[in-house]
Amino acid sequence: MACGVGLLGLGVGLYARHASALPPVAIRPPGALAEKDFQGACIRCGMCVRDCPYDILNLAKPEEPITTGTPYFVARQLPCEMCDDIPCVKACPTGALDHSLTDIGKSRMGLAVLVDQETCLNFLGLRCDICYRVCPVIDKAITLDPQHNERTGKHTRFIPVVHSDACTGCGKCEKACPLKVAAIKVFPAALAKGEANEHYQIGWVEKEKAGGSLVAPDVEHQYNLPEGYRYEYGGRGLVPEGNGVPPAPGGAPVPSVPQAPPAVPRALQGGKL
Amino acid sequence: MNAAPKKIGADAVAAKGWRGAHKWLILRRISQITILTLFLIGPWFGVWIVKGNLNYSYTLNVLPLADPYVLLQTLLARHLPEKLAIIGMAIVVVFYLLVGGRTYCSWVCPLNMVTDAAAWLRTRLGIKGGMHVSRSARYWILGMTLVLALVTGTIAWEMANPVSMLHRGLIFGIGAGSLVIALIFLLDLLVVNDGWCGHLCPTGAFYSLIGRFGLTRVAAPKREACNDCMDCFAVCPEPQVIRPALKAVGGAGPVILAANCTNCGRCIDVCSKDVFVFGTRFANRTEPLALSAAVAKGL
Repeated sequence: MACGVGLLGLGVGLYARHASALPPVAIRPPGALAEKDFQGACIRCGMCVRDCPYDILNLAKPEEPITTGTPYFVARQLPCEMCDDIPCVKACPTGALDHSLTDIGKSRMGLAVLVDQETCLNFLGLRCDICYRVCPVIDKAITLDPQHNERTGKHTRFIPVVHSDACTGCGKCEKACPLKVAAIKVFPAALAKGEANEHYQIGWVEKEKAGGSLVAPDVEHQYNLPEGYRYEYGGRGLVPEGNGVPPAPGGAPVPSVPQAPPAVPRALQGGKL
Repeated sequence: MNAAPKKIGADAVAAKGWRGAHKWLILRRISQITILTLFLIGPWFGVWIVKGNLNYSYTLNVLPLADPYVLLQTLLARHLPEKLAIIGMAIVVVFYLLVGGRTYCSWVCPLNMVTDAAAWLRTRLGIKGGMHVSRSARYWILGMTLVLALVTGTIAWEMANPVSMLHRGLIFGIGAGSLVIALIFLLDLLVVNDGWCGHLCPTGAFYSLIGRFGLTRVAAPKREACNDCMDCFAVCPEPQVIRPALKAVGGAGPVILAANCTNCGRCIDVCSKDVFVFGTRFANRTEPLALSAAVAKGL
């Protein structure tokens, strides 16, 4: 009998282990401990489900790929409304939802990721901006970073960039994405976030911290520009110096296209804008 | 086929009438259904008297109740719950120390209605025999679930526990959990008589450990009146608990002290001679017949 019970235990243990890998669509409520700790702390009582005023939370059923009886929400269906008083956390009797979380802005339910740059309307150069507009932490969790639109050569693409230091993982962006399938999605942080090696140092950060170059005295960067030209960083690219009229042919030669780095050719036309 | 055996409890019905012979059964069903209803009228009708489920509930925003078995697994998974859960656990432990641990099984647990239905159908269909499983298997399973919590650091048993699966399922949506409950029903009906509650369930095993010191007990103070009809043994889901008290095995007193008595009271119902009553465990000492029997034995 001990043998049979042992086998049963092994089965349940392996099943539990298998099921403890949270699928990407399942987002835990605010304040949830790291997944493994959560599975030891959550007693599957559903108090958080009951106290959520927007009814976004579910308890997983046995056939779902989430640990049976544990709470989750699917952002694309109903995102977290980020209540100021965080009633779900207060309702949790075990602290599986950490009671030390009192500022919903500090919750990290997951992390938004712009997963599809091919369908995202902003990437295509349109001003959809919906994910940016609906974000409860607007201008901090998602910013729109201007980039040159290489397709048109004359427009700016406003690229939604998620910042993990501010994104709570509420899922409003995923819910609001107007595409048939959202291009921006919230994933459990463990799936969404990379982690740099411990010994990596970001040069410019270290430089700022040290108040100066750490290696040798910085040398002013030298550009090998064609004679009579200067480089305009605002997007015009190479522009003739002086009055803006290119030097006469035979004088300083206009640089031929192959000499320029790959990104430059359109920029070369900058002068004709 | 044998001659149709006398229906269990027929003598009691004849002696006490149908209601007299089903008194505790009816009270038990009222208790089970009332508790379940209190949990269900919240999600069904928006009347929030009780929130949560049997693992943890909060009544009228004042009374926390927590299942000590699941909380023990949390502790073994190295997590300390919040204050309310610990208070809730203490209340539940004290309550079952007073009323008897496995009272949970027959008066509260929703799965009891499923296994009772299986047992009833099994008797009706005359299904006999089946696989032999030791009644101590539940303690092995209980130990296994606790070791599992310790080793995995998670409440692994809650993924499989049919007791919480059914109760949570009724309240929050059961999904494929209904298959697990159907399996339990079929196990009890076809494979092992009283298979789940009487042999395997670790929740019951856990409550029986609290019940070891339970105050409320069934006793057989009029055991001399027993006419050996065997109805109590036939109806009892844990018949091994009756014999010492009823038959004074080894000079035992009339109180059923065995931890696995679920205080269901069916033996009281089906006895036409009213041998059994509810009492306290202390009745074992003050009962004069038992005392004289003990004296007679020179104890």
